[in-house]
Amino acid sequence: MSTKLLNIALADDDEDDRFLFSEAIDEIDIRTKLSLFNHGQELMDYLNLPKVVLPNLIFLDLNMPIKNGMQCLTEIRKNPTLRDIAIAIYSTSSSEKDIEETFLNGANIYINKPNNFTKLQEVIEKVLQLNWQYHTSNLNRETFLYRI
Amino acid sequence: MTLFLKYDFHLACRTILKEHLDALNISYTLGNLGELHIKGDLDESKKEALENSLKKYGIQFLDDQKSTFVERIKSAIDMMLRDENAKSVKVSTYLADKMNYSYSYLSNIFSESTFTSIENFVILRKVDFAKQLICKTDLTLTEIAFKLNYSSVAHLSGQFKKTTGLTPSTFLRIMKNKKDYAEEV
Repeated sequence: MSTKLLNIALADDDEDDRFLFSEAIDEIDIRTKLSLFNHGQELMDYLNLPKVVLPNLIFLDLNMPIKNGMQCLTEIRKNPTLRDIAIAIYSTSSSEKDIEETFLNGANIYINKPNNFTKLQEVIEKVLQLNWQYHTSNLNRETFLYRI
Repeated sequence: MTLFLKYDFHLACRTILKEHLDALNISYTLGNLGELHIKGDLDESKKEALENSLKKYGIQFLDDQKSTFVERIKSAIDMMLRDENAKSVKVSTYLADKMNYSYSYLSNIFSESTFTSIENFVILRKVDFAKQLICKTDLTLTEIAFKLNYSSVAHLSGQFKKTTGLTPSTFLRIMKNKKDYAEEV
């Protein structure tokens, strides 16, 4: 297996969800380093630190206190140094309106939070593989849109 | 005013390479699938200068044998998808033929270092290609299906939906709205 390390960030205000996510990602073959954030503002403060190692992929919950996922998404896409990071929205909402709105604002992947652990693992693995392909192959980033 | 462009990546890369290699007085020939043969040896300082000047175009030297090999498999897949004459040829036959290794060997190396199989990569690449054609050309889905060697539109739509989670028409609508939205902001 490849030795390259993928840097992943997750912003989610639900403690259980953060725990399950980190358990699931640990059991996947792809080597990752996960950073966890309790809400959007915490994530944005981290991304704006000088000399920070930027994540390759960010998972964003939509409903969070202080700063929600949509606000983070918009800020990240407006910032030239952060603009190219792949973003996966990770939400319980399956309303078509929410989904399209996140795509319009620059999300790459929309995930409906799965309701069991095995499914969660499958979904994370699929997203990591996809992101890996975009990272290492000359796939067109402009059309990097997936719903899982 | 908006002008519409068509690019030939292959030619663009060759031209860039030619300009930079000539500037450093390096005599060379270009092989298939991204091989650059240099006459004699290249001293380290020249190699470094070349590597630096090519970096900004996204052209990199591959030094790890395995990743080089995987990159070559990927270029061969790209070539195959663009080659009208390769339509009736199976992926396995085409790759084995181009790379001169057995397909099972290629497939093992590929899966070991990319977290996916050649088959899955081909699907991902084909869908990516379909996405480009949907956005950048006026081709109908039927024409795109034919161009990418799908047996029917239904097959293309099915694979598109299965891979991306979106139907081709939803995808097109989102891409259009996204463009309008970006112009508004």
